[in-house]
Parts: sequence; structure tokens; C-alpha cells
Amino acid sequence: MLKRIHAASLAAAFVAGAISPALAQGEVNVYSYRETKLIQPLFDAFTKDTGIKVNVISASSGLEQRIKTEGENSPADVLLTVDIGRLEEAVKAGISQAIVSAELDKVVPPQFRDPEGHWYAISMRARVVYASKERVQQNSLTYEELADPKWKGKICIRSGQHMYNNVLIAAYIAHHGEAKAEEWLKGVKANLAQKPSGGDRETARDVAAGKCDLGIGNTYYYGLMQANPQQKPWADATKVILPTFAGGGTHVNVSGVVLAKHAPHKAEALKLIEWLAGEKAQHMYADVNYEYPLRPGIAINPAIAAFGTLKADPLPLSKIANERKAAAALVDKVGFDN
Amino acid sequence: MRSDTGGPALRGAVGRLPADRIASLTIALAAAALIALPLASLMRLAVTGDAELWPHLAAYVLPHAIVQTALLLIGVAAVTALTGIAPAFLVAGFEFPGRKVLEWLLPLPLAIPTYIAAYVYADILDAAGPVQSALRAVFGFRTGADYWFPPVRSLGGAILIIGLVVYPYVYLTARALFKTQSASFAEAAHTMGATLWQTFRYISLPLARPAIAVGLALALLEALNDIGAAEYLGVQTLTLSIFTTWLNRGSLGGAAQIALALLAVVTLLIALERTARRRQSIEGDAQDGTVTRRLPLTGRAGVLAAIACAIPVAFGFVIPGGYLLREAIRRGLIAGIEPSLLTALATTVALAAAATAVVLAVGIAAAIPLRLVPVKAALSLLAVASMGYAVPGTVLALGLLSPLVAGDEILNGLSRWLTGVPLGLVLAGSSAALILAYTARFASISIGVVQAGLAQMPREFDESARLDGAGIGALLRHIHLPLLTPALTGAALLVFVDCLKELPMTLLMRPLNVETLATSIYQFATRGSFEDGALAALLIVLAGIPPVILLMRAPDAREARR
Repeated sequence: MLKRIHAASLAAAFVAGAISPALAQGEVNVYSYRETKLIQPLFDAFTKDTGIKVNVISASSGLEQRIKTEGENSPADVLLTVDIGRLEEAVKAGISQAIVSAELDKVVPPQFRDPEGHWYAISMRARVVYASKERVQQNSLTYEELADPKWKGKICIRSGQHMYNNVLIAAYIAHHGEAKAEEWLKGVKANLAQKPSGGDRETARDVAAGKCDLGIGNTYYYGLMQANPQQKPWADATKVILPTFAGGGTHVNVSGVVLAKHAPHKAEALKLIEWLAGEKAQHMYADVNYEYPLRPGIAINPAIAAFGTLKADPLPLSKIANERKAAAALVDKVGFDN
Repeated sequence: MRSDTGGPALRGAVGRLPADRIASLTIALAAAALIALPLASLMRLAVTGDAELWPHLAAYVLPHAIVQTALLLIGVAAVTALTGIAPAFLVAGFEFPGRKVLEWLLPLPLAIPTYIAAYVYADILDAAGPVQSALRAVFGFRTGADYWFPPVRSLGGAILIIGLVVYPYVYLTARALFKTQSASFAEAAHTMGATLWQTFRYISLPLARPAIAVGLALALLEALNDIGAAEYLGVQTLTLSIFTTWLNRGSLGGAAQIALALLAVVTLLIALERTARRRQSIEGDAQDGTVTRRLPLTGRAGVLAAIACAIPVAFGFVIPGGYLLREAIRRGLIAGIEPSLLTALATTVALAAAATAVVLAVGIAAAIPLRLVPVKAALSLLAVASMGYAVPGTVLALGLLSPLVAGDEILNGLSRWLTGVPLGLVLAGSSAALILAYTARFASISIGVVQAGLAQMPREFDESARLDGAGIGALLRHIHLPLLTPALTGAALLVFVDCLKELPMTLLMRPLNVETLATSIYQFATRGSFEDGALAALLIVLAGIPPVILLMRAPDAREARR
């Protein structure tokens, strides 16, 4: 038995030693909520431009908590997120430091960055409606209208607790207050064709198959579906409507960056962040992942531009993020997912 | 059969060896403490959590989540009992057409992760899938809203999908028992004129109960722990609620509180089961372990038996495996295999192998000493310690991080003092963290299997060895470990396959630049194009097949020697 334990610990030590993170200079360590497939081409281009190596881990949750627990010894330099809630969460967890960059202040509009400089948005996506071309005549919609009984049994959506919907509901609260948001959410629930489940692409698939007439999803999925031969029929059967809040704009969320408080490669990290807001990276965001670039003057991908001109909701994102907990509570309260 | 009293002779023997006794207990407690590390850390987190969340959870979340979870578990128990126990009984005791092939195919669904099965079945059975499209074409329906079709993304769908891929836990443990211990009794009953049903109901099933309980517990804990399939299929389980509480309300403390409450319930259930089992102990006699000839089933009975065994194989393995293969071919993934995927394959196998070795060692170190020195308090501690399985992977991983970082701080302090240079996060930031996480999560498998194996092992062995003057070490080397080898092989392969599939902890705890097959699939799934990860999924399945085949061969080899 001892022999076995010895062998096991040797094996463990071997694996640990073989792939423990390097702390050499000329590198930057990124903790990412963005999927590798999208982000890796950007990192490769960055390495080619600057000679700085990028090490990555990507996960779906818990990265800010990991950085917080790792403390002063954390190898993390940059946290990349896909949601305003996560950006604010990272700042609240005390794992960030202010980014001082005149270049970034010049290209990222004030609405899309933290006043103290603790986070900067890099790209943008809108939460929109995939409507059946065949069964939906109208070409404009308000978010408020989704609760209209005329859509009874006709709406598909993923879980109300998913972060994309969480922030959309938070935006509704920020616009209309909690009481009205509760009424609205009850109304949307009453209009559902099926229990909230699946992801945004299942929503589009169900609209295409006639299970529902309206689906709620993010803009970039639509671009991805058009580029994928198997999924193109779903995109072809649907049209994208950019809904607006009554008197406001279309709900957008952002992907963004945080500079880690104890970043061991701060200079490289700043270089990477500025590079991500630069022209080359912003083009890639638009063309590889069908997002809205944040830097002015970068062309939107034609597949996305075809939805019409995006008028983003002018309410500051940080104000919307403040309502996230209330939104999560509301989803439970009306039993949206049940 | 005999009652489990421990035996006066053994107690006497142990009583004479205080040093051995202390050593045994120390080893067991150290192993238990290692597994309990993340749980202890969760308790600390739970204390920091605010209590203000509870009224909301009690009013709006928990009632529904408890009912959904209970229904899911009852459903999965029913499905796995049907698809696990019956085929095990049939292939172990009877000869029928296709038995040999089916016996080997039956455990293969083990290699299919639940979240992948969920994606595959939703693709096949959702409104846009081939089944419903065909229905619409045949009956002339225009859209999916014109007719009723049982929804895949539902509680019922989750029960069937999860049940069909986790039944092998029950099948494997039940088969081993049906094959050896109960066979002689079953044959005796049969020669005395008992019907097949009577033999099964009154002899084989009760005898196999401890083993089935272990298998069922593993299957249910797998279902309980699942987040990927539950979220995708829209089932609001407790585990998913824990996750949401933490993510959307930023309350890891609150999540830890719910996790611990959930743990208390699981512990209670297992304690109840153990109490019930104690009254009906079925330790074997020294002469046990015989394997009898299988009874032939011919004609309609043979065909029915073959169908009963083929159904779980078809739905649990052939359909999802075939789907992945088709997608991988259709997308040209097999021709254009990416080098990064091969690296991921190597990493996955290396990590799983290392973790399996540690899990086995810890399981043996924790369970065997307590057979020699059955201290009640230590046994209870072990039961609690091995509950890492019942905590959502991500929460468990975060629980594990704090003690690892604390260990790193000590190491860094030492190294600064000795060399002036800090080491960085050698524990928390390396694959060692991941291996420890797997250990905390899957130790219950090896502990459960070792304990079940020991429960079957007659205490007369221990007693006579002890009376001959064998020390604890000799007893371990010459009696326990050799007799446990088949059970340990089984546990090793279950743990190995589980590590291959593990996703949530791997995502969060892996070091920089490390990808496993599961995390590669996740990358595709988050982009809404899960099928592009078909090859990675297929590689998990392929990596899982050799161990499963080994698993099937271990008892067969023994059988051949007789």
C-alpha cells in the first residue's frame, strides 16, 4: 500500500511540476470568461505584434472568487468577462485596480467604463428578439410588449436566472421600478410556449421549428448561426427585431476587462488591454464573434448591421448592474423558471 | 449469513495491540481529514454568509427545488433500478442469445457525460429534430405548436436521460454480486423448485442489496450533483439553486449554507440506509464466492431477456455515441483533428490516472483501518468526509481553494526564509489542486466500494489470521488487499472514467493553459455549437471504453480459472 501511495504522490508531483504556471517576464496571465475559440486568435495576434506570451484559463463561473482566494500570490493579471454584473462583482470583491490609460479613455465611451477606471468594456452585444418570418408580421417591438397577452403561448426563452436574462430584467427594474417589473415578468411568463430551458440557439431553433413565434437571444448567436451550415436554416426562418424600452433604447450588455489588484505583469497587462481596444482587435471582435465593437469608426459585421441601426439603451450599465440581485429575486418570486 | 458482531476473538486481538490500534486510527483519520478539507472550508464560508437570504429562499426557491430534486431522484432511482438491476441479474445467472456481447456493452454508457447526453437527446427530440420533423411530414402538421409531443427539456426528460447514462453504476455493482455471492443460493433455490421471480425476489436481490445500495447511491449522487444537464433541460434542482444563489446574488456564503443543508439531508439518508442494512447483515461465509453455471433461457424467454438488456445499451450508448460519431464525420473533424485536442486527450488521461491512484490510496487508508478498529465516531466522520460527492463541483472547488492557498502561504514563507525567493502558488495554481479536488469529489466511490467489499469478507479470515499472530500490516497485505483487488479494480475504473468526464471543477481549478477534453467541449457549447465539440466528446467516450472493458474482464478472468 505504501508503495502505491508513494507512486501516486510521485505521479501527482510530476503532473503538478510539468504544468504549473510560469512566472517569467514577457508574459501575461489571463483569467477569462470568454471562450477560447474566440479569444485565442486575438491573443495569437497580440503575441505576434508584441512578443508577449499570453497564458489563459477560461471558465464559466467563479473566476473572481478564485482570484480573491489566491490573494497576493495570484498569477492573474487580467480578468476578461462577458457581463456587466461580473465586472461590477470583480470590483466589489476587491480584486481590481484602477487602469490608468489615456488611450483607453479616448476610445471607450464614458458610458461603457467605470468612473474610477476599475473596468473597461471592450465589446457590446444586444439582447434582441428572434421572430418567425412566417408568423410575425410586425418589425418593431418594445420589451414592455412582450408581456402583452396577444403573445400568449408564443414566446421561448432560456432560464430567467441566466446572466443575460438577469441583466435584461435588471434593466427593466432600472427603467420602471420593481413593482412594474414584477407585473411584466408575470406577463412574460404567461406568454411562454414552454418552460425556460436550453440556450439562445435552442430558442432560435424552436422558433424556426414553429414551437414559438418569438425568442429572446443575443445578437452574435444570430451571426454564428448564419455562418454554420447546419444552423443556417434556423437563422433563415427568423428575423431579428431590435426591441426598445418605451422611450429608451435596445438593451445591451458588454464584455470587458479588469486589471487584477496583484497583477505580477502589470505593464504587459496594460499593453494587452490597450491592444484589445485597438483597431485590429476591434475588427476581430466584429468579424469573428459578430459583436458590436466599442471603438468608434470600426465597421459592424454586415450580418449584424442588417438588423438596423442599434440605438443602445442610454441608461448607465452600472445603474442596471445595481438591480441584478433584485432581478434574481423577482425571477424566484414569480416562479419564472418553474 | 451471520450477524455482524465483530467477533470476540478479533476484539481480543485488537485489544492486545494498542500501537497498531493507534496507527490504524491515525491513518484513517488523516485520510478522512484530507477528504473533509473542502467541506470544513465550506463550513467556514457558510458562517460568513448572510442569513438575510433565507426567508426569500424558504418562501420562493426551496419548496419547488426540494420537490423537483426529490422527483428527479425518485425517477432516476426507478430508471436505474430497472435498467441496472434486471440486466445484471439476467447476464449473471442466465444464458440467452447475445448475452456475451450485451454483458460487455451494458456498462458503456458510463463513458457518456450526462450533459452530453442531454444535448444529444435535445437535438434529436426537440421540435426541430429529426423525430418531430418526420412526424410533421407524415401527419402534415405545419409547426411544432400544432400537436403535442413529450417535451425533452423537462423533468421527465431529465429523469430518462440521466437515468440512462448513470445506470451502469448499479449494473456493475449488482452484476459482481449476482455473479459470485448469491449464485450458489440462487442455484439451490432453483433446484428446490423456486420460480425465477421467487429466486430473484427472495434470494438474489436481498443478497445483492449492499452492493446495489452503493451503486444506487453513486448513481443518485451523480444525478444530484449534475448542473449542466439540469440547467439545459430546465429542471430547477437544489444544486442548480445553490449555483444561482451564488452567481446572481454574489453570495458564496449563502451557497455554502444551502450546500451544507443539502449535505445534511444526504448524510441522513445514507445513515438511514446503513441502519436498515445493519439489521440484515449479509457477510459471506468463508466458503462463499462460488460461481455457478448459467441457466439457459430459450425461445421467447431468451428473446425477452436479450431485449431487456439491449434497451439500456441502445438508449444509453448506441444512440448518443452514434450521434457524436455522425457529427464528427459530418464536420470533417476526424480527418482534420486538431493537435490541441490530442494534447487535451493526453492531459485528461494523465490527470485522471494520477487522481485515480490518489483516490484509491485514500479510500484504502480511510476504510480498512476502521474495519480493524471500528470506532463509531470515526466511522461517522468518514461517512461525512466522503460526502464531497454531494456538493456541487464548483462550490467544492472554491471550498478547496482556501486551504490550498493557506498551504501555499506556509510554503512561500518557508521558501522566502530559506532562499529569499517566493514559490508562487505551487499547490493552488498547479494540477495538484485539481487532483485533490477529484479526490475530495470521488473518494466516496473508493471508500464505498472498499467498505462494501469488506462487508462481504468473512471476519473469520481476520480472526484466524490474528490468532496465528499476523499483525495488521500482514493482514492487510495477505488477506484484505488481495481479496479486495477485484472491487478495487472496479472502483479505480469508475473513478478514472468519472475524472475523464468531470467538468465544473476542472473548469475552475485547472492551471493556466491547461485544457481537458471536457473543457474543450464546453468551449463549443458556450458558443452555441456543441456539435463542433463532437470529436472531443467522442474521445472521452473512447478513452472511457478500455477501462470499462478491463472492468468487465477482471471478474471474468477469475471465473475462467475455476
